[in-house]
Amino acid sequence: MSDKTADRVAAATPTHVARKIRGLSDRAIAWIFVAPTIFLLLAVNIFPLIWTVRLSFTDYKANRINREPEWIGLRNYERILTDSDIWLNMQATAHFLFWTIFFQVLIGFTLAWLINKKFKGNDLWTTIIVLPMMLSPAVVGNFWKFLYQPQIGLFNYIIAFFTGKDPSSFEMLGSVDLAPWSIVIVDTWMWTPFVMLICLAGLRSIPDYIYEAAEIDRASKLRQFFTITIPMVLPFLMLAVLFRGIENFKMFDLVVQLTGGGPGSTTELTSINLKREAFEKWRTGYASAYAIILFVTVFGLASIYVKALNKVKER
Amino acid sequence: MSNFFNGLLRLRRGPWEMLATIIIAVGVFMLMQPFVIWAFTYSFIVTLVGTVMFIIVSHFPE
Repeated sequence: MSDKTADRVAAATPTHVARKIRGLSDRAIAWIFVAPTIFLLLAVNIFPLIWTVRLSFTDYKANRINREPEWIGLRNYERILTDSDIWLNMQATAHFLFWTIFFQVLIGFTLAWLINKKFKGNDLWTTIIVLPMMLSPAVVGNFWKFLYQPQIGLFNYIIAFFTGKDPSSFEMLGSVDLAPWSIVIVDTWMWTPFVMLICLAGLRSIPDYIYEAAEIDRASKLRQFFTITIPMVLPFLMLAVLFRGIENFKMFDLVVQLTGGGPGSTTELTSINLKREAFEKWRTGYASAYAIILFVTVFGLASIYVKALNKVKER
Repeated sequence: MSNFFNGLLRLRRGPWEMLATIIIAVGVFMLMQPFVIWAFTYSFIVTLVGTVMFIIVSHFPE
């Protein structure tokens, strides 16, 4: 049947086209198949990147398309890298990045370790634990906003229950000291299951016979944990840190929903600041330079992580 | 330590990648540290040098 179809298609191919294809090498035919993908990749990824680099050296404003952009060299980069407000945004991002990764790895690994113990209903618990990461960040941001409400918020009541404070005496999203921690708590709540799942995959990939051999050698549980479990889960953990690090470096939606960058600019992460420069102040050239700085940083970090990952894998 | 410098002189991938990694890490730290603004100012060039160096040296022989 398929031979007949192939014959029919071959017969239907115009003679001049068939002759041309027959004369092509395998390499040329392979290029014909790959070319559309390469073209799409160039058009969607590479060209915008090169264009952004070009714009970063100009004073182009996207809301004034008739105005000829002026070439200003490295002035945009100079302005960004000497701006103390952007420096503060970077510090806010660093705070967010460090603490979210720290808590997510700590809690995620602990949960994975507990779930990996064979007990009744652990599949059900896994499903319940992974629910937050299946929600939209906008939805999570909105309902945590209600949870953080000083008058009706459940979060404030729980804190009040344990500390004896009045629930309306503190405001998580409105306080300069508490707002950076409020976004850390929400991101940790949402993305710890992701780290847990990756750690769980790592823990389940450890063969039982390694533990059995350790038992025969009379290695203690603690020794087994530090010399078998941790080293064998480490590549998976590095992968989780890489994913979360890059994702949180460009975190936008969740924080915009929760605090909008406030109070003041205490939770204004770099991506929020970049969006304001690009689409509120319409300083497109300046925002392009800003985007290139962030891109190089993420690219550099990704290189380190990939290297570390390969090194751990080789062990 | 001498292996590291020998590797650098003989253009080996491992030590050069290590050097590039250190430069990137220093650059990222400079970008996000809360202590001195001059470190923030020079962070981008340090990270850029480290990243470009990493791309180049990852093609060196093992």
